[in-house]
Amino acid sequence: MTEREKYGSRRSRLNRMIRLRQLAQAASVLTTPLAPEDILALFNPVYSARQLRGVVTRVVQETAQSATIFFRPGRGWHSHLAGQWARIGVELDGVRHWRSYSLSAPAGKDPAITVTDVGAVSGTLVRTTRPGDVLFLAPPQGDFVLPEHPRPLLMVTAGSGITPVMSMIRTLVPRRPDADVVLVHSAKTPGDSLFREELAELADQFPNFRLAHWFTGEQGRMDLTSTDQLDELCPDWKERAAYACGPDSFLDDAEALWKRAALTTAAPGSEVAVAGTTGNLMIERFNTTFNLGVGHDGGVVTFETSDREVEADGDTPLLDVGEDAGILMPSGCRMGICHSCLTPLRAGQVRDLRTGEVHGEPGQLIQTCVSAAAGPVNLEL
Amino acid sequence: MSVISPSKTTPASTKGSAAGGSRTRPGKLAESGSPTVRPPAAAHLSDEQVAELGRELDAIRDEILAKRGAEDAAYIRRMIKIQRGLEISGRAALLVSKNKAAWVTGTTLLSLAKILENMEIGHNVLHGQWDWMRDPDIHSTTWEWDFVTPSRSWQHTHNDLHHRWTNVVGKDNDVGYNLLRMDEQQPWKPVNLANPLFNAILAPLFEWGIAIYDLELTEYKEGTKSKEALLKDLKALGKKVVTQFTKDYAATPAVAMLTGSGKQALYGTIAANAIRNVWAHAVIFCGHFPEGTDTFTEEMVEGETRGDWYVRQMIGSANISGSKFMHIMTGNLSHQIEHHLFPDLPSSRYAEVAPRVREICQRYGLKYTTGPLIKQVGSSWAKVFKLALPGKTATA
Ligand SMILES: Cc1cc2nc3c(=O)[nH]c(=O)nc-3n(C[C@H](O)[C@H](O)[C@H](O)COP(=O)(O)OP(=O)(O)OC[C@H]3O[C@@H](n4cnc5c(N)ncnc54)[C@H](O)[C@@H]3O)c2cc1C
Ligand code: FES
Ligand SMILES: [Zn+2]
Repeated sequence: MTEREKYGSRRSRLNRMIRLRQLAQAASVLTTPLAPEDILALFNPVYSARQLRGVVTRVVQETAQSATIFFRPGRGWHSHLAGQWARIGVELDGVRHWRSYSLSAPAGKDPAITVTDVGAVSGTLVRTTRPGDVLFLAPPQGDFVLPEHPRPLLMVTAGSGITPVMSMIRTLVPRRPDADVVLVHSAKTPGDSLFREELAELADQFPNFRLAHWFTGEQGRMDLTSTDQLDELCPDWKERAAYACGPDSFLDDAEALWKRAALTTAAPGSEVAVAGTTGNLMIERFNTTFNLGVGHDGGVVTFETSDREVEADGDTPLLDVGEDAGILMPSGCRMGICHSCLTPLRAGQVRDLRTGEVHGEPGQLIQTCVSAAAGPVNLEL
Repeated sequence: MSVISPSKTTPASTKGSAAGGSRTRPGKLAESGSPTVRPPAAAHLSDEQVAELGRELDAIRDEILAKRGAEDAAYIRRMIKIQRGLEISGRAALLVSKNKAAWVTGTTLLSLAKILENMEIGHNVLHGQWDWMRDPDIHSTTWEWDFVTPSRSWQHTHNDLHHRWTNVVGKDNDVGYNLLRMDEQQPWKPVNLANPLFNAILAPLFEWGIAIYDLELTEYKEGTKSKEALLKDLKALGKKVVTQFTKDYAATPAVAMLTGSGKQALYGTIAANAIRNVWAHAVIFCGHFPEGTDTFTEEMVEGETRGDWYVRQMIGSANISGSKFMHIMTGNLSHQIEHHLFPDLPSSRYAEVAPRVREICQRYGLKYTTGPLIKQVGSSWAKVFKLALPGKTATA
C-alpha cells in the first residue's frame, strides 16, 4: 500500500465512523433512554453502550490445566502489541469478576488468551468457556513489549508466565529473518509445558530461534540465585535484552541476578517499577505478594457518592471491598501496576498492602487494588 | 456511635467484604430501647419481642443474600430482553397503525413495555436490587428509565425519603404527594373537597405528578432545598422531558408518517403513556393507602430500633394478591410489605419470603394487609373520598 492509499483508506474509515455515529445519534432519538446498542444487543451480544465485550470463537485445550480462548471483540477494542495484556470480565454465579490476561496471539491477529487454572476465575475460564460465550473486556495495555529496534533477545519464563512471551515469539520469529531469540522456559513436566509442540516446530524451522526447556519435576527448581545455570543455558545472556515472566520468587531472583551482574542502569535508591526494566531485563508480574495477616485493623469504608458503608478488615484491598458491596469500582491489573483503579480519598488513611506503609491525605488518589483500610476511610465513589 | 442504618441492613457487626454486608449510611436507628411512642398496632410488643422480630427478619435477609446468584441474574436479564422485545415490536406496529389491528397491537405492546420498564425493571434496578451483579448495564448508578422524572431525582425522594420515613406524616411526602389529603392527621382545607377530582386527574398524568413532586418545591419554599439544587434538578428534568417528548410524540409519529400513520402513531404513544400512568398510579396507591395500613407520628419514629423500623414497614404497607403475571406487572410492588422490609433484595425473591413474613406477623400479632387488586384499589379510592371531607374518620 502506498502512503496515499493508506491515507485514503484511513480517511474512508474515519468517514464511515462519523456516519455510523450520526446514524447512532439519529437512532437514539427513538431508543432513549436506552442507547441503540442496547437494542442491537438483542440480536448480537457484543453490542453494549457501556461495556466492551467479545464473543468467544474457539477454545483450545493446551494442557490439563490450561486452555487458549479466542474471541472476537466488539467496537472499542484496538489491536494489541505482542506482550500486552487485557482485562477480562467473567461471571461467576451471576457476579462479574475481573482479572488480567496476557494476549498470547501474535500482534495483528485475532486476540486470544491462554489461561491456567489456579483459582476461581481462571478455573471457570478454563473449564466452562464455550464458543458463543460473552467475555467482558477492556482494551489491551502494558509496556512489556518488544524493543523498538532489533536486538538479540533472551526470554526467561516459568509456568503460565510464557503467555506474553509466546505472543512476542509468534510475532517475531516467523516474520523476521534477522531475529535472534533464545527462550528458556521452566515448567513442572513436559505435559504441563504450554505451547511445547508449537515451540519445537518453530525451533526446527527457524535457526534464529533457540529453545531450552527446564522441567522442575526432573531437574528441580531453576536456580537463578547464581549465574551458573544461566551461563550454561545461554552463554551470551549478558549481551541480550532479556524478558522474564513467571511466579514472584522466580522474578525476584532474576531481578537480583541481573542487578548483581551490574547491568542495572537504575539510579541508586530508585525503585524498580513492577513491570519495569532492570538494565537489560524487563519483567512482567502476574501477581504481587501482599504483606497480609499481620493483624492490622481495618475500619468502616464509606463510599460517599454511592452512599454505602462497609466494615472492612485490614487485609482486603479496597477494590474488593467496594466490588463486594456492589459499587462499580474502576480497576485494571488489580496488582498495583496500571493505576486504572485510582480513586480520590475523601478522609482517613489506607495501608499499602505491598509495603505496609500507612498513608493518605484528603484528595489524594489511591490505588484501591493494593490499599486496605487503616481505620475509617471515605472514598469519593 | 450507637446508630445503625435504616434501610439496607445487616447489623454493624457483620464482617466486611461478604456480599451484601454493606448498608446505606447511618440514619436514625437506635441500637436498643423503643420509640417514644410505639404505634398502637404494635403496642402489645415488648422491646425484647421487637428485637427478636428484627433478628428473625435479618436472618431471612441473610439467607436470601447467601442464595442470590446466577438464577437471579438470569431472571433480570430475561425481563430486560422481554421488555426490549415488546418495546421494539410495539413501536414497529405503531409505524403502520393506520391499520386498526396494528394500532391496537402496537399500543398494547408499548403499554406493556413501558409498565415492565418502570415497574419490574426500573424501580427495582434503581433501588440497587441488582447492583451485586457488578454489571454497569444493570446498575442503580447508571440506569435511566422511561419515565419523565430523571432517575437520580426519583432515587432521592423515593429510596431515601419515602423508604426511610415510610408513612410518617410530615416526613414522608408520599402520604398524599403534597396534593391529596390521605391521612386524618393532615388538617382539612376546603381545597381537599377536590381530592377525588385531583386524584382522577393525577392517574393518567402520574409521571408528571411524580416529576413535579421530585422537584421538592415545598422544600425549596421552606428553605431546606437550595436554589442551586432546584435549578440543577430543573435542568435535568428539562433535558429528560425533551428527549421523552421527542421520542414518543415527534420521532415515532414522524417515522410513521412514511406510511401515512403519523396521527395514529401519536395517539398510540399518548395512549401507551396514559395506560402506564393509570396502572402505576393504581399500584402505587395500593402500597400504603388501603384500609388496614397505618400512618405514624414523628414520636413513633424517635428512638426507633431496627426491629421497630421493620414493624413500621409491615404495618404501614399493603400487598396485592394475584397471579404471577400480576406480580410482575406491578414490579412485585404487590409484595409491598416485603419490598419495604428488604428494599434491596432482588424483586424475584419477594414471593419466596412472603409466606415467612406473613407467619412472623401472625406470631407477633401484627396485621399483614393484603387483598386482590380490585379490592385494594377500591379501598384507596374510598380513602380519597372520605378524606375529602373534614373531620375524623375511623381507620383501624
Ligand atoms: C498483567 C497480568 C497478566 C496476566 N496474564 C496471565 C495469563 O496470561 N495467564 C494466566 O493464567 N494468568 C495470568 N495472570 C494472572 C490472572 O490475572 C489471575 O490472577 C489468575 O488467573 C488467578 O485468578 P483466579 O481468580 O483464578 O485465582 P484467585 O482465586 O484470585 O487466586 C488463587 C491463588 O492463585 C494465586 N495465583 C494468582 N496468579 C497465579 C499464577 N499465575 N500462577 C500461580 N498462582 C497464581 C493467587 O495468588 C491466589 O493465591 C496475569 C496477571 C496479570 C496482572
Ligand atoms: S488496578 Fe492496576 S493499579 Fe490498581
Ligand atoms: Zn420502592
